[in-house]
Amino acid sequence: MDLPFHTQLINLFAALLLLLAFALLTQRRILSLINLFAAQGFVLVLSTLVVAYSTHQNHLYYSALVTLLLKVLLLPWIMHRLIRALNVRWDIETLIDIPATMLIGIVLVIFAFNLAAPISQFAGTITKSTLGIAMASILLAFLMMITRRKAVSQVIGFLAMENGLFFAATSATYGMPMVVELGIALDVLVGTLIFGVFFFHIRETFESLDIHHLEKLKER
Amino acid sequence: MELLLVLGVPFAGGILLGFWGHRNFAPELNSVMSLLTFLAAAALTVRIIADGPILVWDEMFFVDPFNVFLVALTAFVAFTTSLFSRPYMRIELHHRRLSPNRLRLYHSMFQMFTFTMLLVLLTNNVGILWVAMEAATLTTVLLVSLYRTPASLEAAWKYFILCGVGLALALFGTILLYFAAEKVLGAGGTALLWTHLYEVKDQLEPTVLGLAFVFLLVGYGTKVGLVPLHNWLPDAHAEGPTPVSAVLSGLLLNVALYAVVRSKVLVEGALGTDFAGNLMMGFGLLSVVVAAFLLSRQKDVKRLFAYSSVEHMGLMTFAFGMGGALATFAGLLHMTVHSLTKSAIFFTVGHAAQKSGTQVMGNIRGLIDSNPAIGWGLMLGSLAILGMPPFGVFASEFMILTVTMHQQPWATPFLLAALGVAFAAIFGKVQPMVFGAATAERLPHPPALIPVFVHLAIVLLLGLYIPP
Repeated sequence: MDLPFHTQLINLFAALLLLLAFALLTQRRILSLINLFAAQGFVLVLSTLVVAYSTHQNHLYYSALVTLLLKVLLLPWIMHRLIRALNVRWDIETLIDIPATMLIGIVLVIFAFNLAAPISQFAGTITKSTLGIAMASILLAFLMMITRRKAVSQVIGFLAMENGLFFAATSATYGMPMVVELGIALDVLVGTLIFGVFFFHIRETFESLDIHHLEKLKER
Repeated sequence: MELLLVLGVPFAGGILLGFWGHRNFAPELNSVMSLLTFLAAAALTVRIIADGPILVWDEMFFVDPFNVFLVALTAFVAFTTSLFSRPYMRIELHHRRLSPNRLRLYHSMFQMFTFTMLLVLLTNNVGILWVAMEAATLTTVLLVSLYRTPASLEAAWKYFILCGVGLALALFGTILLYFAAEKVLGAGGTALLWTHLYEVKDQLEPTVLGLAFVFLLVGYGTKVGLVPLHNWLPDAHAEGPTPVSAVLSGLLLNVALYAVVRSKVLVEGALGTDFAGNLMMGFGLLSVVVAAFLLSRQKDVKRLFAYSSVEHMGLMTFAFGMGGALATFAGLLHMTVHSLTKSAIFFTVGHAAQKSGTQVMGNIRGLIDSNPAIGWGLMLGSLAILGMPPFGVFASEFMILTVTMHQQPWATPFLLAALGVAFAAIFGKVQPMVFGAATAERLPHPPALIPVFVHLAIVLLLGLYIPP
């Protein structure tokens, strides 16, 4: 069975996306995390462009543009400035048990594919086979947020999750209506700025960005 | 026109107070803006009751009796809270817990928060609803961390991360919903409009919609504070300023529940089974029981009432989950009386904590001696929230229980036991705070207690007589 060229291309990008999600899960240097996040955004842009070109969905060109501006240029730039200002640029995070995390990640991917299988049956889009990957990258980002101890990497996990959601939207439905997508982009931008302000408050108060300082409020 | 005012006034208020929020007249300006919003909401309500549901501006906004009632409630409680926050914030400024700049942030975000909640309620677009809900989270995160203490930063961070993840799941649910709807309605804007979705709800793909509902319930349920997704709620309530606790508990939780209920109606139509309702009943019942048992372990007065909110939201979710006219009506009534009573309680608790200089219940004593109005307000409010007749909470809880006995008899003992435990826990803690020997000092500004008694009077009225 020969797939058309653009479908193969989309599948390639989807595979890259999943690979980058795993890389984000196990990368220890904060600077590289940001670069990986930008790379994930870039793959997202490319795959959106291919989908837009092959299906003649013109509004997808706009959402690819918004993604390019927001997730490849603006957010990584903000993050770079933040870590420079916070002086955590070269910080290395000690991760517990990378192999175990990877194994859990693989289980999550299998789970995601199973969950997506019944849905992609109904999809009429050329990208339906990638819905499983979209779901997997959402779950992997989720796992990343759970396992990380640094505030910055948690936020990157949060943004990677948003990437996965965007990919899910393009692969299941050729993207949400434009007004909704713009709203989401605005929320993500404002959210990141607030996170940035938060980093400074947290550092000022606790003199570190480790979130184990943020585990005092518990049921006693 | 009224609609434009309902949304425009708080938005303009947010911008104006962003410039002048630190001035002396800012608290009054805040109240005036909220009053205008409330008047516009009242006018809108009158019009909807007279003319029936309306759809305006390219079907962007949809107003029916269900959401207009919540709009009026939201605008009303936001207005009374702004009245309460006038002296409260002045006292905080006097105690140097806040700087004028923070006060500016507070006033601006308070208005923006009102705006986002009203947008959630009024929009016809499921996607915009999500965007507005996320914006509501962002504004409240800034409000919760207003004091910049370690505890408040932690609470805000937890709130941000948990609700962020929750809302990401809700967005996935929305995508699935759009995916199912697009098959029937075609791509483009109309496939996410509630009104269009309701028209074709029996043609939507059941498998996809079932999955979408799970994501929507878990996502928005995080914001409702359903157990086991409630972790952020007590922290955010306890560490933020009290007016914020009042609007979080009284309004934001309702607004999130509104999103769940709207999705439930849609999904139920598509599935033709009780799947959605059962899921809501399960989460609701779990929240009621777990929260009731956690109540007795609380030492902080605001945490205590935050858990009480979890319990009541659980009860409402359960009622809406059961479905049927009577249960839905009881749920709506409970929504109203709970927001009024809970915000009234937070008003009194706020002043009580300011007088005693602490939120720890063991150190708040003898309110009835030091300030009878606060003492009585707290006592009556607690009795009302515990479901004592003749207050409105009794009427709604009684209705919910009666319907439960008819439709889901197995759940009745759990609900009754939980309500009993909650009664013992809250009453046992409030009683020494109100009676007991006095320790408190005088406040530099007279507290605003009119909102408390106005709220309690409305709740009492709703207990005695329910307008048709």
